[in-house]
Amino acid sequence: MTLKINGSIYKTLVDSDELLVDTLRRLGFKSVKKGCGTTSCGICSVLVEGKLVPSCSYYSIRAGGKSILTVEGIEKEAREIGEFITSEGAEQCGFCSPGLVMAVYAMTKELRQPSLEEVKHYLAGNMCRCSGFQGQHRGILNYLEVKANASK
Amino acid sequence: MQVNKSIPKVDGMGLMLGRPAFTDDLADANALIVKVLRSPHAYAEIMAIDTSIVDKMEEIKCVITYEEVTDLLFSRAGQGYPEPSPYDHKILDKVVRYIGDAVAIVAGTSEVAVDQALCKLKVRYRLLEPVLDFEEALTAKSKVHDGDGSHSMFPIGHDPTKNLAAQYQMEVGDVEATFDKCDVLYQGRYYTQAQCHAMTEPHTATAFYDFQDRLNIISSTQTPFHIRRIIGKTLDIPLSKLRIIKPRVGGGYGGKQAIHGEFYVAMVTMKTKQASKIVYSRKEVFESTYTRHQMRVDMTIGAMKDGTIKALDMNILSNTGAYGEHSLTVLMVAGAKTLPLYNKVEAVAFRGDVVYTNKTPAGAFRGYGAVQGNFALESAIDEVAAMLNIDPVEIRRKNMMREKETSKIFEIMGEGQEGTAMTIESCKLEACMDLCLEKLKWKEKYPRTKISDRKVRGVGLAIAMQGSGIPYIDMGSAILKLNDDGFFNLLIGATDLGTGSDTILAQMAAETLGVATDKIIVYSSDTDLTPFDTGAYASSTTYVSGHSVIIAAERMKEEILRVGKRYFEGAEVTFDGIMIWSGKDSISLDDLSTKLFYSEHQEQLVTSGSYVGTKSPPPYMVGGAEVEIDIFTGQVTVLNYVAVVDCGVTINPNLAKIQVEGALVQSIGMTLYEDIQYAPNGRLINGSFLKYKVPTRMDIKNIDVSFVNSYEPSGPFGAKSVGEIGSDTPPAVIGNAIKNALGIRMTDLPITAEKVWTSLKIKL
Repeated sequence: MTLKINGSIYKTLVDSDELLVDTLRRLGFKSVKKGCGTTSCGICSVLVEGKLVPSCSYYSIRAGGKSILTVEGIEKEAREIGEFITSEGAEQCGFCSPGLVMAVYAMTKELRQPSLEEVKHYLAGNMCRCSGFQGQHRGILNYLEVKANASK
Repeated sequence: MQVNKSIPKVDGMGLMLGRPAFTDDLADANALIVKVLRSPHAYAEIMAIDTSIVDKMEEIKCVITYEEVTDLLFSRAGQGYPEPSPYDHKILDKVVRYIGDAVAIVAGTSEVAVDQALCKLKVRYRLLEPVLDFEEALTAKSKVHDGDGSHSMFPIGHDPTKNLAAQYQMEVGDVEATFDKCDVLYQGRYYTQAQCHAMTEPHTATAFYDFQDRLNIISSTQTPFHIRRIIGKTLDIPLSKLRIIKPRVGGGYGGKQAIHGEFYVAMVTMKTKQASKIVYSRKEVFESTYTRHQMRVDMTIGAMKDGTIKALDMNILSNTGAYGEHSLTVLMVAGAKTLPLYNKVEAVAFRGDVVYTNKTPAGAFRGYGAVQGNFALESAIDEVAAMLNIDPVEIRRKNMMREKETSKIFEIMGEGQEGTAMTIESCKLEACMDLCLEKLKWKEKYPRTKISDRKVRGVGLAIAMQGSGIPYIDMGSAILKLNDDGFFNLLIGATDLGTGSDTILAQMAAETLGVATDKIIVYSSDTDLTPFDTGAYASSTTYVSGHSVIIAAERMKEEILRVGKRYFEGAEVTFDGIMIWSGKDSISLDDLSTKLFYSEHQEQLVTSGSYVGTKSPPPYMVGGAEVEIDIFTGQVTVLNYVAVVDCGVTINPNLAKIQVEGALVQSIGMTLYEDIQYAPNGRLINGSFLKYKVPTRMDIKNIDVSFVNSYEPSGPFGAKSVGEIGSDTPPAVIGNAIKNALGIRMTDLPITAEKVWTSLKIKL
């Protein structure tokens, strides 16, 4: 199969029932983690053709020829989002962080100036067991505000 | 100032960017995949395991059954030595004791092949009568561990002939006689469930032989040094031939204090000489690791008409499941970290039985018994207040612990042993209460507000305490090393599992040395490279490991002054964090450290410090909440949770705040949603994130955490612990708020919508 990951072409053999999370990790994209295997936790989130998908439930075979984006491919934006989350200390163990970054990145492409309720609704599928969510929301709202002001 | 300052975690950005950091990220790409065949029966004896088909499979490299494994008994608890937990576990046993218990280990070159092999293994079982109801365990005919040689290292009340994993009792004064003198007596029975940790990173371990032919294990653990000791002793490997590395850990909350997959990869790698790894499935994390101890707590309180609480009696039945890890200590903490809150009583008694059942074992979980005890005690205090027609705030103010006071319980009850007498040097419960009431708008909201025919709101509150490490047991240590260009390596055994302990320990080192925190590069933890630490548990890291860092840093400062004095040929010098001064002459630490390596009086400056606590100052907290109940459905929504905490000085206020926010949400989950369910045969039926409901961000409305001014004289920079205290209040707070809203006392966690709805129907 030919996969386009973070703008680069990768040719690899995949099993017919191989999941995208496993293919990506095998190819070295270790930011993509498996948390639950049932699409419940959002930790394995990546973008396929610009759309947020749980890679634990997405067959690699479906991704042929499509453009896949992981945190490794959006270092600049991930760093910006990361600065606001870490300034609250809300990344904690960090296992869910790359998935959250991908979801926040996707959200900024889909929603314009979302309210706290809209942010919570968009990110509802991104679980975190450490932070209690409040710190994440403080960081994300600050990020959105700074981003909005910068684009004015 | 480098402490009492909110700086980002030293590992924060790297984690956000998804850099390889966790055990599975670091495992060899060709590591054998290790999986475990799990028992489908709650209690059975293995009569035969036929591995012949699997042995012929090309991709399968080894199958390990109980027949070739040591039959040494040990405790997986991951505690210091000797453990206060019974030795009742074998790596693999002929008898399986719960659905999910390990039957055989299979390793192969592909996951698919290993999964197939697990299906093809033929096991013949002889079914035994399981003990599934913990309230019947003491009298059940069937015994979970009788006759299997299980034993304890010292007396803990372990008696497998009665299904007892541990037992404890103590009494101060004469409780019965004091009750007789009381104006009112309240008796209540409370139940708490076996909550699951649900950390996002499943338990993961990988093993390999290094170039010195030593066995290395990388593991998502809270206790690397205990793992080295327990693996070495059980598998008969000299500890010098073992290295345990703890990389970043994706959450633990106590669930990674014990040994889980480490044994399996160690044995596979020893047998095959190939690297191997195990990543628990989510189902295994639920079914085959640990839960919180399910408890039944009988609480009796005697009080006088004026609101004076005269006597307390707490009687607990705790369910440890199939193995007795942490059985005694969790039980003791349920009393030891709740009852002293009301230290002015004339008499207080505590007793408890911890029973074996054929269910998923219970182990350490943030709060460690104090959550369960607090639910019963703080619900009961509200009930006593109601009986006396006294405000629940006033009854607490009248009876709760104050600064410079003590409790006999500190001296009597430790964790698995006698306690340590101490006078409380910092206790700001009064200030916590004032601020909590103000933030909650208690006066206008107490007890209830009717919103509509359908919705009613109530407020409730509770107080709590925890500890800061285990005195004379928990030891932490640190090494500091000066490098050229004037930066330091801080090597610590303390195991950061996402809490931010690497960061706050670096802040403490920086503050002591007078340098910026970014001059301290932290590494934790690795049994080869970092000094000993008991591990990340018992709320010990800030207090115990923190002290060790300060000691190492003070010694480093002396070393810097020594070499500075030598540089200035014997003149007295000072160090301001950047420059070393002798009168008006100066040299930067950057320059001096480079000279120390390459050009003048070359030497390596390295210092160490270690510390064992002599007391365990409790952090305190007052929690309060406003909840809204939908009378049509019974659904309870926590609209606002106010937590006011006295944890001494916060080393990093942001990280301290997140610790409390996170603990509150986990505990709100335990209170309202996390309903662990078993089929009649003992099978856990909701072991996935689809079915086991942990709180999502949609469930959480407003959480308001603040800290009061407090300084603990015995603490590092005035700090006490903060990791667990946030867990303790939600069950009682929410229960009290529901009582104030509806007049119904909920005594059985979780307080699901169904239970509230049913109670409402019964009341009508």
